[in-house]
Amino acid sequence: MATTVHEPLPVDPRRVPDDGQTGNNGGRNLVPAGGDPRLALDYAPPPSATAIWVVLFAISMMFAAFTSALVVRKGSALDWRSFKMPSILFFNTLVLFASSVTLEVSRRRIAAFMGNMRSQVESPARWLYVTLFLGLLFVGGQYIAWSELRAQGLYLATNPSSSFFYVLTATHALHVLGGLAGLGYVMRKLDNGSLRRSTLDATARYWHFMDLLWVYLLLLLWVKL
Amino acid sequence: MHDTSAHAVQHQAPTSFIRKHVFSLDHKVIGKQYYGLALAAALIGMALSWLMRIHLGWNNAAIPGLQVLSPNGAPGGVMTPEYYLQLMTMHGTIMVFFVLTTAPFAAFGNFFLPIQVGAEDMPFPRFNMMSFWVTFTAFLVLVSSFVLSDGPTLGGWTQYAPLNSIGSAGGPGQGLGVVLWMTSIALFCIGQLLGSLNFISTTLDLRVKGMSLMRLPLSAWAWFITSCMGLTAFSVLMPACILVILDHVAGTSFFVPSGLVLNDQLIPHSGGSTLLWQHLFWFFGHPEVYIAIVPGIGIVSHILIANMRKPMLSQRVLIYCMGALAVLSYMVYGHHMFVSGMNPISSLAFSFPTLVITIPATITVLVWVFSLYGSRLRINAASLFALGFISMFVSGGVSGFFLAQPSIDIMLHATYFVVGHFHLVMGVAAMFGIFAGTYFWFPKMSGRMMNETLGKVHFWMSFVGAYCIFMPFHYLGIAGNVRRYATFVDDYLQPLIPVHRFITIAALFTGAAQLVFVYNLIHSRFWGKPAPDNPWEATSMEWSTATPPPWDNFGGKHPVVYHDPYQYGVESSVGDYVMQASPEQVKTDHEEK
Repeated sequence: MATTVHEPLPVDPRRVPDDGQTGNNGGRNLVPAGGDPRLALDYAPPPSATAIWVVLFAISMMFAAFTSALVVRKGSALDWRSFKMPSILFFNTLVLFASSVTLEVSRRRIAAFMGNMRSQVESPARWLYVTLFLGLLFVGGQYIAWSELRAQGLYLATNPSSSFFYVLTATHALHVLGGLAGLGYVMRKLDNGSLRRSTLDATARYWHFMDLLWVYLLLLLWVKL
Repeated sequence: MHDTSAHAVQHQAPTSFIRKHVFSLDHKVIGKQYYGLALAAALIGMALSWLMRIHLGWNNAAIPGLQVLSPNGAPGGVMTPEYYLQLMTMHGTIMVFFVLTTAPFAAFGNFFLPIQVGAEDMPFPRFNMMSFWVTFTAFLVLVSSFVLSDGPTLGGWTQYAPLNSIGSAGGPGQGLGVVLWMTSIALFCIGQLLGSLNFISTTLDLRVKGMSLMRLPLSAWAWFITSCMGLTAFSVLMPACILVILDHVAGTSFFVPSGLVLNDQLIPHSGGSTLLWQHLFWFFGHPEVYIAIVPGIGIVSHILIANMRKPMLSQRVLIYCMGALAVLSYMVYGHHMFVSGMNPISSLAFSFPTLVITIPATITVLVWVFSLYGSRLRINAASLFALGFISMFVSGGVSGFFLAQPSIDIMLHATYFVVGHFHLVMGVAAMFGIFAGTYFWFPKMSGRMMNETLGKVHFWMSFVGAYCIFMPFHYLGIAGNVRRYATFVDDYLQPLIPVHRFITIAALFTGAAQLVFVYNLIHSRFWGKPAPDNPWEATSMEWSTATPPPWDNFGGKHPVVYHDPYQYGVESSVGDYVMQASPEQVKTDHEEK
C-alpha cells in the first residue's frame, strides 16, 4: 500500500488572521477543483476543530437526556429490577482503552511522518488498523454482552432496567461505529495523501470521547442497575 | 475589496443539473430549498387551519372534498371530533417545525450567514446538503400519515404521554400515526443538528479578515445564537422520540403508567412516567419557541437599521439580550407544566425565571422603539413587516405575563387565551419576520425586485387580519373556552359561537391575503424588475457582492472588513452609509470596534 502524506506548505501570511479574533479568512477548507490540494489544507483554525466540540456537545446532551429519563423512570414506579451486568463489559472497557492508546501512537507516527521524519517512520497506517480492529472487537464484545443477557431471559422490554441497558449501550455502540467510519475516512485520506491534521485530530478527539462516555455509562449502569 | 485571487482557492462551479439544483452543496441553493419547503409547509398548514376554523364556526357544514382526503375522518365532508384533532396536530407540527424553524433559521440562515461573515460556503457542505434532505424526508414521513386508514396522530404537537405510547387504543392515528410522527421529528432533529454544526463553525471559523465577532450583523448573531439553542434542544428531543418509538414497537414501558385502563382495556405496560415525557419535551419545547423567534429578532433589527439609516441605540445590548433569551429559555420550560401535578415548589422555581425572561425581551423592544423614535424610517414592505413583528411580539408577550403566574395559569391553562398568546408571540410574529426577510432579501436571492405595492397590500391585510383572528382568542379564553374542543355543545359556550364565526371569517380573509404574497413571489421571481447589487443602500456583506451572488459568493476574492456592520448616517462617497467591505475612512460620531 502506497502511503504518502504531504507536509504542510508554509502558510501564506495573507491567510493568517491578523488579530486572533477573526476566522480563517472565509475559505471553506475544501480541496480545490484544480491545482495543488495543499494550498487549501493547512491554514488555521480549521472548522473541524470547532465542529468536533459541537458534535461532542450534542452527543453529551443526548446521553444527559437518557440519563435523566433513567433517573426519573427508576423513581416513578416500583417495578425496577436489578440484574448483574455481564462481566465481558469489563474486558470490552479494556479493549476500548487500548484502542485509544493505539490511536495516539498512530497519531504521533503520522505527525512525525508529516514533520519530515519520513525515513524514521515506515507505515503510519499500521496503528490505525490496530485501532480499527480493537474498535470492531469492542462492538463484537458488546454484542456478546447482549447475547448473555438474552440467554438470561432479559430482553429490551423485560424490565425498565434492561430497557435502559440496551438503549444506552446500543446508542453508544452506534456512536462507536460512527467513529470507526471516521477512522476509515482518515485511512482513505492518508492513503491518497490528502489527510489533514485537523481531520485526524478531530477523529481522535471523538474516539477518546467514546472512552469517556463509556466509562460514564458503565458507572451509571453499575450504580443504577 | 482586497484581491487575493492569486492565492485564493478557485472552486469549480457545478455543471450538472442534479448538482446545481437538487443535491447541491451550495449553501445558497440549500437555503432556497429550505425556503421552498417552508413555503409548501406553510400553505399546507394554513389550509389545515382553514378546515379547522370552518368546522369550529359551522359544526355541521360539509366541506366539499374532505371526504376524499379521509373517508373515515370526514364522512360526507363533515369532520369527526377525532379528525379535527388530527388536523390540529398536523397544523401545529407542520407550522412549528417545518415553517417557523425552517424558514427564518434554516432558509435565510443558510443563504445569508456565510455571505454575511464573508465566507465562500459553509465548512461542511455535504452535511449541509444532508441537513436539507433529511429535513425534507422528515416532512414526507409526517405528511404520509395522512394516507393511513385511520389518519395521522391526534395527540397535538406536544404529543403528551401516555396518549403517545398506548397505541391504537388511544384513538385513530395513535398507532402507526404516532410512530410516523416520532420518526419524522427524530429525523428533523438530525437535520437541524447537522445545520447547527455548520452554522456554529461558519460563524466561529470562517469569518473574513477584519470580521470580529462584534462586527457581525445582528442577523448573523441571531442565527449563531439560534444554532446553539438548536444544538441543545434537538439533541434532547431526539432521544425522547426514540423512547416513544420503543414503547410502540418494542413493548417497553417508558411513558405508560401501570394499571392504565382505557375503553375497558388494560394497557399492557407497567410503571412508566407520564411526566417524564413532559420534562423531556418541554426542555426542547420552550427553547424551540425561541428558536422560532430569535432569528426574527435579528432579521427585524437588521432590516429596521437599514431603513432607519442609523444604527440601533446599542448593538451590544441587543446581542446580549438574544443571548440571555437563549440561556433563560432552558430554565423556564416548567411553566408549561404548572397544572401537570408537578411539585408546587417547582412551579415557583419555574415561574421566577419566566418573569425574568421578560426583562431581555422588554429591553429588546425598548431598544427598537427608542431607536425608531425620531428616525426617518423608509416605509416599504420589509420595514412595515418589521414594525408588524414588533407589534405582534409585544401584544403576544404581554399575555405571557399573565400566564407566567401559576395561580392565574391554573385558570387560563389549555384555554384559547394560551392559543392566542402563542400564536401572536411565536406564530404571527415569526411569520412577520419571515415576510420582512423575504421582502428585504428577495432581490439578493433571486436577482429581481418584488412588487412593493402588493407587498404593502399584503402587510395591511395580514396585520389587520391577524389581530382580528388572535385578539378575540384572549376573550374566549377568559370566558373559559377550552382549547382542542371540536364542537361547543356546553351551554356556557353557546354565546361564544358568533365570536368563533367572526374569527373563522377573519382567518379565511387573512389566509387569502397570503395568496397575494405567493402571487407576488412567483410573479416577481420570473417577471420582476431586475435588482441592482445593493437596492436598499445597505452596508453588510451580502450587499457588497453581485446580485445574485456567484457560486463562491465573492467571485474568487476574499473581501476584507473595515467597518462595523451598521455605518449609517455618515458622509461617504456613496451616500449616507459606508459598506463593511469598503476601505473608505469616514467620520462617525461613535467609536468603531
